[in-house]
Amino acid sequence: MSDELKYLSQRAARGAMNRRDFIGRAAALGVSATFANSMLGRAAHAQGAKKGGALKMGLVGGESTNSLDPATWLTQVPQNFGLTWGETMVVQSPDDGSAQPLLAESWDASSDAAEWSFKIRKGVTFHNGKEMTPEDVAQTIRRHSNEETKSAAVGILGDIDDIVVDGDNVVFRLARGNADLPLLLTDYHLIIQPNGGVDEPTAGIGTGAYKVEVNEPGVRHVSTKYDGYWRDDVGHVDSVEVIVMNDATARMSALQSGQVHIINRVEPKVVALLKRAPGVVVESVPSKGHYVFVMHCNTAPFDNADLRMALKLAVDREQMVQQILQGYASVGNDFPINKSYALFTDGLEQRVYDPEQAAFHFKKSGHEGPILLRTSEVAFPGAVDAAQLYQQQAAKAGITLDIRREPGDGYWNEVWNKQPFCASYWGGRPTQDSMYSTAYITGADWNDTRFFDEGFDKVILEARAELDDKKRTEMYAQAATMVRDDGGLILPMFNDFLDAHREEVKGWVADPNHETSNLRAATRVWLDNA
Amino acid sequence: MGSSPILKLIAQRLALGVLLLLAVSVLIFAGTELLPGDVAATILGQSATPQSLANLRAELGLNDPAYVRYFRWLGGMLTGDLGTALSNGRDIADALGGRMANTLFLAAAAAILSVPLAILLGLLAVRYRNGPVDKAISGLALASTSLPEFFIGYLLILFFSVKLNIFPSVSTVYDGMAFGDRIMAVALPATVLTLVVLAHMMRMTRAAILNVMQSAYIETAELKGLSAFTVIRRHALPNAIAPIVNVVMLNLAFLVVGVVVVEVIFVYPGMGQYLVDHVSKRDVPVVQAVGLIFAAVYIGLNIIADIAAIVANPRLRHPK
Repeated sequence: MSDELKYLSQRAARGAMNRRDFIGRAAALGVSATFANSMLGRAAHAQGAKKGGALKMGLVGGESTNSLDPATWLTQVPQNFGLTWGETMVVQSPDDGSAQPLLAESWDASSDAAEWSFKIRKGVTFHNGKEMTPEDVAQTIRRHSNEETKSAAVGILGDIDDIVVDGDNVVFRLARGNADLPLLLTDYHLIIQPNGGVDEPTAGIGTGAYKVEVNEPGVRHVSTKYDGYWRDDVGHVDSVEVIVMNDATARMSALQSGQVHIINRVEPKVVALLKRAPGVVVESVPSKGHYVFVMHCNTAPFDNADLRMALKLAVDREQMVQQILQGYASVGNDFPINKSYALFTDGLEQRVYDPEQAAFHFKKSGHEGPILLRTSEVAFPGAVDAAQLYQQQAAKAGITLDIRREPGDGYWNEVWNKQPFCASYWGGRPTQDSMYSTAYITGADWNDTRFFDEGFDKVILEARAELDDKKRTEMYAQAATMVRDDGGLILPMFNDFLDAHREEVKGWVADPNHETSNLRAATRVWLDNA
Repeated sequence: MGSSPILKLIAQRLALGVLLLLAVSVLIFAGTELLPGDVAATILGQSATPQSLANLRAELGLNDPAYVRYFRWLGGMLTGDLGTALSNGRDIADALGGRMANTLFLAAAAAILSVPLAILLGLLAVRYRNGPVDKAISGLALASTSLPEFFIGYLLILFFSVKLNIFPSVSTVYDGMAFGDRIMAVALPATVLTLVVLAHMMRMTRAAILNVMQSAYIETAELKGLSAFTVIRRHALPNAIAPIVNVVMLNLAFLVVGVVVVEVIFVYPGMGQYLVDHVSKRDVPVVQAVGLIFAAVYIGLNIIADIAAIVANPRLRHPK
């Protein structure tokens, strides 16, 4: 970070410079608006946040079946509430996606990245008053990674062979080298519990800034400030209340009438309206999530490289972004990684809409007749409209798409990953490796494009154990090119996270890793009128 | 001796109600038995191994014959032990008790608003039948019923909470909340529910009373020189009470079991959303418990309607 930028951000935080000027000056220094915004957020923190007040959040994604056991969390309410009372070993940086210390102070890896040692922070206490020990950490990861676990995190921890405690350290031995282990430990399921939560998984006791006060699944959750908390740069408000609001209009009206301070999942259709409402700020942050059309590379007619290329060139990505997501998205480039990931290469050429080239490849493929594209409302918000838009765009290249609207019930069991061409979506993964390993290497259960390429698998496996970031970045650029040019993925757009809050909520950190400021909005913000 | 036939009738109704409820409980239990897999398989999900399934089945007593399990389940229900939810391990009776109280509170608020209003409007409509007052009452009531409840809900939120900021749009209620706050919280949802059920009860009151108005004794009353309203109140209404009570009970039952949409819009923690959440997670013990409670509410309210009809019938009250 340049000194000039730092100086500017401090000036802006003190109010000597307004936010817009700051972002303009930062842009002149070659810094993106997102980065400048998050810098400003942290500079403001440094200026001293206001303490106190009762923060209320109205969030979609809570059911009366929710539990306090982190292993079961799938939706936004337990995730956001969970991170008020619990903490992970490592946290992902909002700026560059790198691993930052939290309950683990520092870490080292062996040269093959197969053995990792994490030094555990001292002087951190659980809400029950006991000090957190390396044994608690080891037990937590054991609980989430052993074979009988029902934890949703087991997929990313599968390579762990053995976990041992060595003094102040916890040592992980992996079956294969993995340079991303610290990033995998940022997963929100892996919050550290006393004895790993083995005895009482639903106790709701962690090391977080707030301790659980009220737990009414599907209704509301309240946590209040934990006096013994070890940090003072987060956890500004006195209490956090998360209210389950599964209805989008209910969230909007609650925010507008000031009954809640923060809401998530603002619908792109209504952002313009909400921005006009007095006292409301909309936060739009580029995410890793993407909306896609997937082709099976091993099924006719999609087993033909020219046909796949024709279909990729027949999408007008800009128009998709504008019409389907009202501009709250960024164009994709037919590989599942964007600049929100660490080790991303900006240099790859952007694929653009080219009906003539598409027609050329379509003709070359020798395929004749219409192509069936399956879609459904549940594939992603606006998937039916997007399929129809695609149909019109492809028609200009002389390609006829037949659209079949499938029922939402059973779409994920009967259509996705079964039929050769359909609409779908992907959420982000913490690392490039986990994204590619989940859905693009040979043998992955969710390889929904049936992309089987030994050369590609080799690059991914080698990159996984490579500790030199420069080399890894090159390897991932190579992998991206393979998927982009040869794979079955048509990726028109990456969607933005759209959250909104009241004006009096300050210190919002734009964080591309997960919605609502990487699920940590409650501990990062403060209330100006507190 | 005078009141014995009526007591006998009421006792008969109650016994029939209990029998019916037992039959429903058998149906609910049998229905969930017919589902593929069992509770143990549902709990263990993908991670099930034959050994762990067998262990859990033994622990839950699933190896006993169906009738033994039925009576054990029924016994639990009767003694208030509803078991624990599979999805989050919470005690069902605890979680359900709070939700039930909330639902009854909202239903009661809506009933207190809507029942007197509907009957009063029905009486007014009869008094000024076929005139502009009658037409206006019917028109407005039918219009409010025809609009979907989410639409009325959003309209009320827009005006009363976003624009005027009088009532909260979020109706979350919780233990330890002051009574006044509770009333404020349910004001909007109760109003929506009132508008939804009003027309049905009002139109039924109007029709039932108009039916009685054709009778000879009404003509006598009119000839006696009683005012039009007194005739309706003293002579027509008591004789039309049975159909009115019937439709009122039907609507009360709706208020208890059918308000999921209103619960979602206003973020109200009632039974409807609780049931929907657990159905989608295949949480069988909760579904069984809630199913039985809903059945009991329906049967109970219908018994009350029957008994009201019996009591309101002079021929049954004064046997020869």
